[in-house]
Amino acid sequence: MNGFFIGIFSINKILLKSFNFIDIISYCVIILKIIHLYVILCSKNLIKMINKKVASVQDALKGVSDNMTFMLGGFGLSGIPENAISELVKLGVKGVTCISNNAGVDDFGLGLLLQKKQIKKMVSSYVGENDEFESQMLSGELDVELIPQGTLAERCRAAQAGFPAIYTPAGYGTEVAEGKETRDFDGKMYVLEHAFKADFAFVKAWKGDVAGNLIFKGTSRNFNPNMCGAAKITVAEVEELVPLGVLDPNQIHIPGIFVQRIFQGTNYEKRIEQRTVRSKS
Amino acid sequence: MLDKNGIAKRIAKEVRDGYYVNLGIGIPTLVANYVRSDIEVEFQSENGVLGMGPFPFEGEEDADLINAGKQTITTLPGASFFDSAMSFSMIRGQHVDLTILGAMEVAENGDIANWKIPGKMVKGMGGAMDLVASAENIIVAMMHTNKRGESKLLKQCSLPLTGVGCVKKIVTNMAVLEVTNKGFKLLERAPGVSVDDIKKATEGTLIVDGNIPEMEL
Repeated sequence: MNGFFIGIFSINKILLKSFNFIDIISYCVIILKIIHLYVILCSKNLIKMINKKVASVQDALKGVSDNMTFMLGGFGLSGIPENAISELVKLGVKGVTCISNNAGVDDFGLGLLLQKKQIKKMVSSYVGENDEFESQMLSGELDVELIPQGTLAERCRAAQAGFPAIYTPAGYGTEVAEGKETRDFDGKMYVLEHAFKADFAFVKAWKGDVAGNLIFKGTSRNFNPNMCGAAKITVAEVEELVPLGVLDPNQIHIPGIFVQRIFQGTNYEKRIEQRTVRSKS
Repeated sequence: MLDKNGIAKRIAKEVRDGYYVNLGIGIPTLVANYVRSDIEVEFQSENGVLGMGPFPFEGEEDADLINAGKQTITTLPGASFFDSAMSFSMIRGQHVDLTILGAMEVAENGDIANWKIPGKMVKGMGGAMDLVASAENIIVAMMHTNKRGESKLLKQCSLPLTGVGCVKKIVTNMAVLEVTNKGFKLLERAPGVSVDDIKKATEGTLIVDGNIPEMEL
């Protein structure tokens, strides 16, 4: 292809002398058209980005079934995969295990799945804002594994990064470490914590493109990036799904390789849990 | 005797120039209001922000901008956001200089309990276990006694532990105490509180060495 271009340019040089201005313009147009064709050939036929886009939340959740283990991003109600959660409620899958820092509130977030008694087990670090949760847990209906927040994040990250387990000082000497392997490193004790194994990770990002690249906003980032690629299938929902080339590669938080399906989310409520403000005066 | 704001005010004096500080929920959150304005300090919130600012003005709240207590916040110029794994890299990796958190019980060997009351309340530990297991510099902010008037400074914690031997300093409504290998060493008294009052309210071993000064607030 390079030789082809050099050829055109040398013909161009020879002809320049005898051609008038209009001819030169039309020559330039022809050359630009050829370059354009070359670019199209490259993008359409030679190197093609992998398209992760699915049309709807229904398509995104294909393969979800009873008794699976899900990871769900979010801290409190910030950055939760609202669309995926609504669809899980509609699908009515039962007996699922949810790995999520929190359990939502009574009528929003994972609280919606709890209401329908779809969750068999929760793996969380803090579940304080949910009465339904508390009553199901105290009655023994709901199995709960409470683990330190940093350990939760790192067990996700370990799964994403291909580590079978990690050592952490968190929880040593407490009931969290009971039955787990512990080890002394340089005089300090650590607990062995295993990488999570999950069927689906549901994450929510601010912007994403059809190659699955993600950008998060503010503190709604939280566990979402750590869960990408940490399950067999990662489903990303985004507030704004853009075509290839719109997102600056320098600004990508999660490369598309960690995402299998991406869809344009709708009707985000983005509920605020604790509205704290100050007055302007 | 101090109120919650008084405890926060006294703890604010422990915040030094150049510190990265993690504040827990409750009294610790109030500490930010009393930090000297002539020092440089950044507040970290474990849900993923460094350089936290004050609460937003009414109408400017953003669901994508909260602290670890799920309260709406703002950021200061120079702030940054990050994911949970990186947030706990800051904590576990001891890049955060000072951790201030609340407690239900503290034992004289530095054990702390603040996440669970068996059969009654199970909210979870959140980031507390990571914080106490990792931080070099931990200050506990709490009332000296519980609602029933029982001491929260004990020989041994009765509740499930959050961390072992990790608390270094405690600021209560009655006193400032240091955890030593012999017990709680009394450093300061709150205004209007006598050493005897503190002795009565402390179940764990209390070391009173010489004259105990009143807190300067």
